Amino acid sequence: MTQGLVDDHTKKEGTRCIDDHFTNQAVDDVLYGTRGSRNPNPLDRLVVARAMAPLILTCYTLVSALGKGLNETYQALRNRRSGLRPCDFEDVRITAYIGRVDDVENMSFGGGSAPTQLEQFDCRNNRLALLGLQQDGFIQAAIAARERYGAHRVAVLVGSSTSGILETEHAYCHRDPAYGTLPPPYLTSQRYTHNMFSAAHFVRAYLGLRGPAMVISTACSSSAKAFATAARFIKAGFCDAAVVGGVDSLCLTILYGFSSLQLMSRNPCRPCDEDRDGLTLGESAGFALLEQSEHADQPGAVALSGYGESCDGYHMSHPHPEGTGAIKAMRAALLRSGLTSADIDYIHLHGTATRANDSIEDAAVHSVFGPSTPCSSTKGWTGHTLGAAGVTGAVIAALSLTRKFVPGTVNTTRLDSSLNSHVLLENREQPVHRVLSNSFGFGGNNCSLIFGAV
Amino acid sequence: MTLYVSGISALGPGLPGWAGSRAVLAGERPWREAFQPRPSASMLPPNEQRRSSKTVRWAIEVAQEVLQQAKADAHEVASVFASSDGETDVLDRLCRELAMPQRTISPTLFHHSVHNAASGYWGIATGSQQSSTVLACYDSSFCAAMLEAAAYTQTEERPVLLVAYDLPSPPPLDAARPLQGGFAAALLLTRTPAPNNLVQLDLALSNDLSEGATCMDDPRLEALRNGNPAARSLPLLAAIARQCGTLVRLEYLEDLRLLIQVIPCRSSGTPSSAE
Repeated sequence: MTQGLVDDHTKKEGTRCIDDHFTNQAVDDVLYGTRGSRNPNPLDRLVVARAMAPLILTCYTLVSALGKGLNETYQALRNRRSGLRPCDFEDVRITAYIGRVDDVENMSFGGGSAPTQLEQFDCRNNRLALLGLQQDGFIQAAIAARERYGAHRVAVLVGSSTSGILETEHAYCHRDPAYGTLPPPYLTSQRYTHNMFSAAHFVRAYLGLRGPAMVISTACSSSAKAFATAARFIKAGFCDAAVVGGVDSLCLTILYGFSSLQLMSRNPCRPCDEDRDGLTLGESAGFALLEQSEHADQPGAVALSGYGESCDGYHMSHPHPEGTGAIKAMRAALLRSGLTSADIDYIHLHGTATRANDSIEDAAVHSVFGPSTPCSSTKGWTGHTLGAAGVTGAVIAALSLTRKFVPGTVNTTRLDSSLNSHVLLENREQPVHRVLSNSFGFGGNNCSLIFGAV
Repeated sequence: MTLYVSGISALGPGLPGWAGSRAVLAGERPWREAFQPRPSASMLPPNEQRRSSKTVRWAIEVAQEVLQQAKADAHEVASVFASSDGETDVLDRLCRELAMPQRTISPTLFHHSVHNAASGYWGIATGSQQSSTVLACYDSSFCAAMLEAAAYTQTEERPVLLVAYDLPSPPPLDAARPLQGGFAAALLLTRTPAPNNLVQLDLALSNDLSEGATCMDDPRLEALRNGNPAARSLPLLAAIARQCGTLVRLEYLEDLRLLIQVIPCRSSGTPSSAE
């Protein structure tokens, strides 16, 4: 594997090289860049990251409440059409909105190379995954990668927080009245539906891939971290390409769970609004095919140019009050991309619209980027899709880069005056070269990704 | 790819942490499988010890033994947690409550239900803000964690604490996924050798399936290995306990093998085979 850190990708004009023996001053330069007036915190050196060679997103796609595939997603963002609706999921009686994907209940499941084996994966979560795979030529791109590298050289790394838990929720409602046992069909399918590995297992089987696979489950940062693991696996030589993605679907656990935490708004969520009163839950499936740039046959596409991971080490469900974990993740992503904060054109916020998240994220963003980098939350469009939020942010970042626009923040009418970052409410048409996207999860698990136009 | 092990722990029936397990796994002492550990995870604050699930306490127990053994600073160590089935006790309670007409679930129960609960508690207990990845790969969860930890320590140049853990599910969930044990294992892995290394590991991923996974000689330990995803680590733990050069083959899904050459380190931390 390559231990050299400086390569052609990081030598581009306008970026900084980080070499094997970089000094603390060089680290500070990268961390604080041209805005170097802030006081460096010595703890930042704990998260020093190495520069990476960009990885191309040869193909990517998203299914969410905004629609199926890139075009429907872009049109909804562009036309500021939110995908949120009053909760109509099963018989759930919670006063709230949700970002539900249409038709998942009615779709037929199967197809692919061995339909009979694939049918055992049938559950809402894997249906959503299948809908995702079916958009934007993703299946064909993955098969082309399989043929180019060999099936065992293509990894499958999928983020999910609740997998197919809905199947277990249903099974518990149909326990045997005398013995309390679960229905026999559930018992045999559980491995393929609710088990946490299910989504990666399904995608790997459906695409006929035989490389390393796993589900990453760190709550709402899951599918952002899948990109980081893919970058490591490619660098370590464990694979040549990776199908990276995230899938999370609506279920009773999250609807009643977030309701019990009193973190859910009764209205469509309003990120960064003065009167924001909680999040809106959604569901989505997104995928990206990641390849090394010298092998990718689509130059000019979007690249993953940095990632940064951290933990809060603070609380299971409340972010660190000073956002130190979030700051570390963003700084590590900058350092790894060889960029400075001034190089980022747009920040896709985690922006869940809870009181705590938006204030703390704002302070963290402000401390790294200052008051002028445009940022926004798209949760008012899609809802918070939890373990799929990272890949949802990644695909929206890619759309921002390729369609030359910055989404604003829908539903929000009165920007919280206590926020210091440059939160955009309206969309903007402008060239975008680099986007940073944040994902923060329960358990204090943080991941920031940087995407750039190659 | 080369890694070094500077801390190790195992917890399971008859395996009460590394101090009491090494001789058993090395075949020097009989295995008394009747002993069932009841880990307290003493490094958790008392409130968290009380509120955390049994699964979390098993994971934290092996993690804390490894850190203490290696005298490592948790603030400098990233972590990889691996569990196939995760918080099954919590899931069972949640699903029971969701099957009742009123569907009222406790907020504490809900935030304890995430697959990364043990990782979150590790962060709370240590205050560490280093990266923590939590993964699942069914019966290959330990193997996937080895890959993630190896790739992490190579590319990020930071020690990685690997923690694999799985406990049997409560009824009625156990019928869907019968597991043996309780088992938890932890390793502290580094990229560069250090004086306190136990072994050097040379890792390679292979799609040559001509040879099966390394088994345990003792049929009862072999049953435990087969019956619990975290216990798939047993052949590697046993090779480390024996301190002799061994090639360990782990099954990674049905079509890959992770080959781990275990090379003992002398007290200086230098692999003996280097001479």
